[in-house]
Amino acid sequence: MRIEEKFKELKERKEKALIGFVTAGYPSAEDTKEIANALIKGGIDILELGLPFSDPIADGVTIQRASESSLRAGMNPDLYFEVAARIKGAEKVCLTYYNLVLQRGLEEFVKDCESAGIKGLIVPDLPVEESKPLLKICEGYETDLIFLVAPTTTEPRMAKILDAASGFIYVVSLLGVTGAREKLSDSIRPHIRRIKEMELSMDRPVPLAVGFGISKPEHVRAVCEVADGAIVGSAFIKIIEEGLRSEDDMLRKIEEFARSLKKETKGA
Amino acid sequence: MLSKPDEQGKYGIYGGKFAPEVLMSALEELEEAFNSFSHDKSFKEELELLLRTYAGRPTSLYFAKNLSEAFGARIYLKREDLVHGGAHKLNNTLGQCLLAKHMGKRRIIAETGAGQHGVATAMAAAVLELECEVYMGTEDVERQKLNVFRMKLLGARVNPVDSGSKTLKDAINESMRDWVTNVENTYYLIGSVVGPHPYPLMVREFQRVIGKETKEQILNAEGRLPDTIIACVGGGSNAMGIFYDFLEDDEVELIGVEAAGKGLESGEHGASICAGTKGVLHGMYSKLLQDRHGQIKQSYSFAPGLDYPGVGPELAYLAESGRVKMVSATDEETLSAFEILSMSEGIIPALESAHAIHYAIEEAKRKAKERRNHLIVVNLSGRGDKDIFLVEKVLGDKCNVH
Ligand SMILES: Cc1ncc(COP(=O)(O)O)c(C=O)c1O
Repeated sequence: MRIEEKFKELKERKEKALIGFVTAGYPSAEDTKEIANALIKGGIDILELGLPFSDPIADGVTIQRASESSLRAGMNPDLYFEVAARIKGAEKVCLTYYNLVLQRGLEEFVKDCESAGIKGLIVPDLPVEESKPLLKICEGYETDLIFLVAPTTTEPRMAKILDAASGFIYVVSLLGVTGAREKLSDSIRPHIRRIKEMELSMDRPVPLAVGFGISKPEHVRAVCEVADGAIVGSAFIKIIEEGLRSEDDMLRKIEEFARSLKKETKGA
Repeated sequence: MLSKPDEQGKYGIYGGKFAPEVLMSALEELEEAFNSFSHDKSFKEELELLLRTYAGRPTSLYFAKNLSEAFGARIYLKREDLVHGGAHKLNNTLGQCLLAKHMGKRRIIAETGAGQHGVATAMAAAVLELECEVYMGTEDVERQKLNVFRMKLLGARVNPVDSGSKTLKDAINESMRDWVTNVENTYYLIGSVVGPHPYPLMVREFQRVIGKETKEQILNAEGRLPDTIIACVGGGSNAMGIFYDFLEDDEVELIGVEAAGKGLESGEHGASICAGTKGVLHGMYSKLLQDRHGQIKQSYSFAPGLDYPGVGPELAYLAESGRVKMVSATDEETLSAFEILSMSEGIIPALESAHAIHYAIEEAKRKAKERRNHLIVVNLSGRGDKDIFLVEKVLGDKCNVH
């Protein structure tokens, strides 16, 4: 199912999307499959699987540490696509940095995404101005190139982004890098309103999913009141981190946490 | 040929803006501010006054008589080591701090490797009354204690960076993360001709003063242009600074010297153009040191200012086009040049600059066989005070100190 169809299906059920992010290969490639299954059992709708890069400038310490650890444990694109292909039960999107896409070759990378059942690609250091070559290739496959819109994105930029966007828009909730925050940013509502107005005027209704800093059920509830989905990443990675230090049943915790978040996307 | 970035900030295929969306409007704002202020008369006068009375410009073009006699060419040194702070870095930080001030940004952040750019930023921020924070890898904090202390004395806060390889590239990552977070009140002052557009253009423009002065000075001294200009290349700012105004003078050979570290074959070096491949890092498409998957490799040089796995896009472009010739010098070769210049001219060069001195000596020896009076200008980008402890450690008893 294409990503936009997934959002449509959820809408019919009066649900919003819960998108869960984890770094592939953290703590190991084998663990990733089990962690993904726990997330899926807990009810996430879309799995965002990170392919780690050595220099993740858009990420806060939690995901940086996970990326470093995953790379040290031997994660690489070949292994990533193998792992991704084995995960079933949710729609999958890939998050990585542009250099990894470039070095594999744009077409090769997108082809591998399609073969592994990955329906979307998020590249946080690829702004719309530089996205043409990759966008063109994505259009030839069943893969959406997913763009980010930030609170600082100006109207002219937003128009360019909406024009190129498909799948969903990754709405960056705050000025900053990824990482769990205590409080949700106050500016989310006006930020979303601004994007929706632009979507309306351009007649391009791409679903909006909000990410960065979302770490609690009440955050998810608040986001789902105004947007089509919530993206949670660092909060899951933290559970994995803690799980490595203690004897806790990390997989069960992940599943339960995912369930507690998913509940908030229903009937919103 | 004069190189100029296109609308997307590209030099041929190199350059561009590969930055997180949060920063894209800040980069646009920066580009506009730079375009308007760099043509503004009062801005130019203010900068010119600072460069003259604070930084100590123009720096002299010194005829290195002893070195010339020893190796058989006429060798001049462009004395950027005499700039306040001890390196060319201040040319850029004064320009950018002034720009930040005009843009109404009061908080300056910068990355530093050797600490030279950090020190130069702290100085410019102090004199222009701006707040300054510098990111520095913990490995470099350890290697360059003296500069850490200087920055603190100058009123800057030094933030150690413990991620990744704990060196310059990670300090840049952390600066970008800070900028993403505080973009509304913060100016990110990049220290070389790297990063997303407009940084490579802007830093080159602020460093161009080196080449402009050199051209006038060499014409006065010799009545002709040099045959060869040589500069070391880390990110490429001192090289682009001295090269740019000679780009259209085809008879002038331009040579950039990268760090070959323990040798290009060893894999432990900082030679992104000589031994790297194309890719995207820190917001730019350029030549990088990376593995086949695109993970960035750790660079190595005993000169911390050259210890970076990337290079400025304009230089990558000029090298590919053939206008600039790129070579490299190992730690060992550089150390020998460091000693030679210290002994023969009484000038202790920065280890970075000593890479260029090494190649100048080699070039002089080669050319001495072909012709008389081959005219070489070397950009002596900095002085070596910061390096003496490291050199002492490496040289140990071998050092001829009496
Ligand atoms: C004295 C000196 N020369 C050269 C460099 C290398 O930088 P660039 O290639 O940008 O001139 C540095 C960097 O710290 C430096 O301190």
